[in-house]
Amino acid sequence: MQKAVIQLETLSCPSCMQKIENAVKGLNGVNQDSLKVLFNASKVKVDFDSETITINDIEKAIEDLGYPVVKSKVKSA
Amino acid sequence: MQRYILSKKNSITLIGAILIALAFFGRFSLDNMAIFNWSLIIASILGVAPIAIQAFQALKVKVVSIDVLVTIAVIGAVLIQNYEESAIVTFLFLFGSYLEQRTLNKTRSAIKELTELAPESALKQMENGEFEEVDVDDVDEGDILLVKTGAKVPVDGTVLTGEGHINEASITGESLPVSKKVDSEVFAGSILENGTIQIRADRVGEDTTFGRIIELVEEAQDSKSEAERFIDRFSKYYTPAVLVLGFIVWLFSKDIELAITILVLGCPGALVIGVPVSNVAGIGNGARNGVLLKGSEVINDFSRVDTIVFDKTGTLTVGNPEVAEKEFYGNNTEEILGYLASVERESDHPLAKAVLQDIGETTFYTVEETEVVKGGGIVAKIGVHRIAVGNVALMEKENVKLSEKAKKDVERFEKNGNSLVLTAVDGELNVLMGIRDQIRPGVKKDLQNLKKLGVKNLVVLSGDNQGTVDLVARELGLTEAHGHMLPEGKSAYIEKMQAEGGIIAFVGDGVNDSPSLALADIGIAMGSGTDVAIETSDVVLMNSDFSRLPHALGLTKSTSRNMKQNITIAVGVVLVLLASLLFSEWMNMSIGMLVHEASILVVILNGMRLLRYRLRG
Repeated sequence: MQKAVIQLETLSCPSCMQKIENAVKGLNGVNQDSLKVLFNASKVKVDFDSETITINDIEKAIEDLGYPVVKSKVKSA
Repeated sequence: MQRYILSKKNSITLIGAILIALAFFGRFSLDNMAIFNWSLIIASILGVAPIAIQAFQALKVKVVSIDVLVTIAVIGAVLIQNYEESAIVTFLFLFGSYLEQRTLNKTRSAIKELTELAPESALKQMENGEFEEVDVDDVDEGDILLVKTGAKVPVDGTVLTGEGHINEASITGESLPVSKKVDSEVFAGSILENGTIQIRADRVGEDTTFGRIIELVEEAQDSKSEAERFIDRFSKYYTPAVLVLGFIVWLFSKDIELAITILVLGCPGALVIGVPVSNVAGIGNGARNGVLLKGSEVINDFSRVDTIVFDKTGTLTVGNPEVAEKEFYGNNTEEILGYLASVERESDHPLAKAVLQDIGETTFYTVEETEVVKGGGIVAKIGVHRIAVGNVALMEKENVKLSEKAKKDVERFEKNGNSLVLTAVDGELNVLMGIRDQIRPGVKKDLQNLKKLGVKNLVVLSGDNQGTVDLVARELGLTEAHGHMLPEGKSAYIEKMQAEGGIIAFVGDGVNDSPSLALADIGIAMGSGTDVAIETSDVVLMNSDFSRLPHALGLTKSTSRNMKQNITIAVGVVLVLLASLLFSEWMNMSIGMLVHEASILVVILNGMRLLRYRLRG
């Protein structure tokens, strides 16, 4: 399991959170329980299995919603 | 393409505004309906594009968002050729979200200031021995780093060479620079004000004290209370419900205008944003003032606290005992004070330090045959004289006779809450000193402020003797004071108070009071951000600054009130809008959208007031 912290551009609508949550939860290989979308900090924190999915896939899923990723950090959990 | 449109949202908003102005100019000045209609149609199509994209993306992940409601409403309005409504609604929605973003950034500014203090780069020693600038993420434990004057210390570490003064305000809140030399600990986020040092990285990134503080605050600003989670669940079903309602209305009345108006009026805007906004502003204010609040649940609980328990007298006193009263018996005072100082110099007992500090400059003598009497004091020889320094029990043991006056003095000193140090030379009592802790400056006023804020009981539970505790309690006007307390006793006491229905805040340093900190409804750690304190407590007062406590309580009360106001505004607006749709003639989509966007701004501005909160009085 890897732990990702993804910094997004400022989120301004709370419904963004729900969208990002659903989008990331729908991905294969992420730990759904670990997912946290921090509205005020504009961050996504999630654990994922690096053999099934890469950080780039997660970033892409979020960016496809229209929320640009500023940077992301991955650590082994 | 999608991303391009979304990134041009602000320009689209501006163009929309110009087109709408043009439309009305065309209609009323030129009397040209073609210009009017076409301008509005273009404004509508341009304006709805980014909203529709967001709506589509939301639907893809099975979320019925506000964008979905607005998109359908605008398309509906275009279909029934009400271009005026469609253009104005899209413009208001876009302009509203622009203002939302701007104002939201303001409410978040306080926390942003904090996170921006985080170090970004470091000078790291490479394999060839040279120092190169690297991203702070590339620093590992054990790396050797160079910190120059004016630079931020990038990690928690130990000084290897060099010395300097470091400003640790971002960690401890203490603004006076601290001197550092070889083997001193340094902290990430502090600033080297002068000198140059090389350090070894001990903890990096999020493991540093500063990293943990930031993480704590970041998590706190987004942590949700029960009420908020309820609102979240509610809005998850609320938005689709509005959509269904609009559809049903259309089905039965065949009135598209009415149906799409319901979609716009039903937008949950202010409700979902109201509470997070108060939360982030309140926590931001705290962070700026040395008060770390761990989330909105903590804010709500703390605001209702009726009893505050202090873990020891040391929280209320300076913790630095001083000689408060003294009596001399017999002659040769100068010489005897020299004897006393010489003996006390050998001891590291806190009372000995107080005595030495009080005596100051004096002549020191060679001390021989020093013997420490457990629970009594010290007996030693200086030349031919036998010196005994200690408490009353030691004097009895040494067969020192106390005169009537001395006995009375002892009694008086004890009653005043002093610890006693008696000095006898060759069996004759010469000096009596009463040593006690001083009340911290300002504490009395702070406690009064706490009472003004509605705290009913101020309790001190202390390991000190009852006399000392009573004295402090009387001087400060505490409601209860218990001495001789062990950590177990403290937690038992808290349980008892809770059983009686009190809401208890426990103030401790987190060193051996973790059980009580965890047990109390609100655990408040006073410390320079020690690990234990950060972990177990709900509130951290940086830099052990007692005066932060009333600020913290007042802030949580204001924040909690602010949240309730925002919920009331949000719910009130939706109710009024829906009611006026049913009972009045003037309600339409544009007015509905205007009121909605206005209410969102009102709750954000209301939340922003918390950034400026200061305790009055």
